[in-house]
Amino acid sequence: MKHFFLEIEESLRIAFMQVRIHKTRAMLTALGVIIGIVAVTLMGTAINGIDNGIENSLDMLGSENFYVEQWPWKDVGDDWWKYRNRPEFKVEDANLFNDILDETPDSLLFVAVPQVRFWINVSYESRSLNSIETTGTTSEYAYASNNEIEQGRFFSKQEDISGSNVVILGHDVAENLFPNTDPIGQVVRFNQRANYRVIGVFKRQGSFLGLFSMDNLMVMPHRALRKIYNGNRWNSLLIKMKPGVDKDAAMDETIGVMRRVRGLMPEKENDFEVNRSESIGEQLDKMKMSVAIAGLFITGLALFVGAIGIMNITFVSVKERTREIGTRRALGATRRSILVQFLTEAVFICLIGGIVGLMLTAGIVMLVKQAMPHVPVTLSENLFIVAALVSVATGIISGFAPAWTASKLDPAEALRHD
Amino acid sequence: MSKLNKGTPVIDIQGVKKIYDLGETKVEALRGVDLQIYGNEYIAIMGPSGSGKSTLMNMLGCLDTPTEGHYHFKGEDVFEMEDNDLARIRNREIGFVFQSFNLLPRANTLRNVELPLVYAGMSRTERLERATEACIKVGLENRMEHKPNELSGGQRQRVAIARALVNNPAIILADEPTGNLDSKTGEEIMALFEDLHNAGNTIILVTHEEDIAEHAHRIVRIFDGRVAHDEINKKPRKALRSSASVEQAEMAVADLV
Repeated sequence: MKHFFLEIEESLRIAFMQVRIHKTRAMLTALGVIIGIVAVTLMGTAINGIDNGIENSLDMLGSENFYVEQWPWKDVGDDWWKYRNRPEFKVEDANLFNDILDETPDSLLFVAVPQVRFWINVSYESRSLNSIETTGTTSEYAYASNNEIEQGRFFSKQEDISGSNVVILGHDVAENLFPNTDPIGQVVRFNQRANYRVIGVFKRQGSFLGLFSMDNLMVMPHRALRKIYNGNRWNSLLIKMKPGVDKDAAMDETIGVMRRVRGLMPEKENDFEVNRSESIGEQLDKMKMSVAIAGLFITGLALFVGAIGIMNITFVSVKERTREIGTRRALGATRRSILVQFLTEAVFICLIGGIVGLMLTAGIVMLVKQAMPHVPVTLSENLFIVAALVSVATGIISGFAPAWTASKLDPAEALRHD
Repeated sequence: MSKLNKGTPVIDIQGVKKIYDLGETKVEALRGVDLQIYGNEYIAIMGPSGSGKSTLMNMLGCLDTPTEGHYHFKGEDVFEMEDNDLARIRNREIGFVFQSFNLLPRANTLRNVELPLVYAGMSRTERLERATEACIKVGLENRMEHKPNELSGGQRQRVAIARALVNNPAIILADEPTGNLDSKTGEEIMALFEDLHNAGNTIILVTHEEDIAEHAHRIVRIFDGRVAHDEINKKPRKALRSSASVEQAEMAVADLV
């Protein structure tokens, strides 16, 4: 074992010397590996970023919430007509749902909240915003949603029942309509007509995957919303489960209660969809997979080209130093020593490439972070280990054939070589 | 034959044949060689090119194995040996000196000399100690940090000889050691071999030059793959030692460097 370490030590010395002698050659060869490693690490960073982004974004949707809707959160394909023909959600569905919950003492579910969603224009004095996602709901929304109030308050049960003209603004909406004034107590107009009083502003949620803002929204009592709009809508039930209960069981209960609300016979299939944040996660995982596969392919190609470069240069090195190999064999080097020596040289160049590649990636990631702070990119420590392993593996794989050839040289013939 | 009174020979070759298979034809480089070499012999192996001299040398140096016959090195059967065992014999028992020195160009004298010890698995401090010792033996104590391109031809060959000595080998196998040197420097190297022989080393000199071979105490002539003559050299030629001129030459080189 000690013997082997001595060989490695000697091989490292030789490798270091060789790189020092042929600086340009070594750097050019390493370039292939550098590109490969940059590709590997950047792809890893991208996937990491997508992962983090998905996690953060799903948290915003609320992992303890279900969304009972007409349509599933996935591509429906040829079944479009089936979903299209399902009954629309009504606010009364939520009332029925909650009534059933009240009658079920050991229910896993906390509350159902109707959501009637429109896209309308809002203005304040000369400022106006178009197509803001606006949700009409009940006062229980405050308990069910992940949106927290930052300023002011949510609407009360009384305002809910009477359909008072009050509205709570998302952070972005408040910022854009009221850049300099306190929005609370101000009156905004919808579609140039109705006047509504701002009673609260939500906390900033951030953006979904760094792409879509989650703060471009408004919430008001559903009766108040109905007064101003009657076009296309997207209705759903937001179901909040009790904390810490089993999600799948809660999901089953949701389906059961919903079937009772709809009065479905046992043989009929569901005419609604229970969506949860995981179903988005599944969709995003698919996306992530395709990014990973495409990335892996490109990365593999880049590394492959780099590996060929290493193999080539190691073959050249073996050829150039045939006599040295002969001399070393005459002085007592075994085949293994020669193999180890040339493998070490290949791995050494690859490691240099790996280190430079990692530094480049770190630089690129820093630049991206500075230029686009919303894009969730992170350089994880795992990536460093992966990069090191990948460069060592590249060195071993690409260096093996030439090193093997070197170790198989006949010592007497190698000595004659000039 | 010679010196049968010395017990077991270091090298014992009997009926050795080496046949190179070149596809269509087979070349018989050695057609049955018998040769015994004993401890502290100073032997020259001579022969024109194509005589099989180089093949025999590779065989003696355990760089190659015979196709037929017996080869025992210090009683060990080389014919049966695996590559690793051959490497071990070369490492421990044989000191090679080449015509063109074969030094590592970027490594200094000490690094070159210690190389066999690396493959012997010796620790760094011990290696350094032994390499320094070998450098002193060949008179290179002031050139230990120099690289080959900072040394004269004679000094380079001394480095190679020090490298050959460093493992205290059973034989020193020198292949045309003066072939790349001018005659005066060649004499210096021959004087060094003489000293090493007097100090108890076994030296095998492979050469085609008569006046180099005449330094040896026994001359074996190879012809057409066989031993043609094997005789004691009654009056080995003494190497010319003009120590003054040697020193002057070395000083001159030192100035240049």
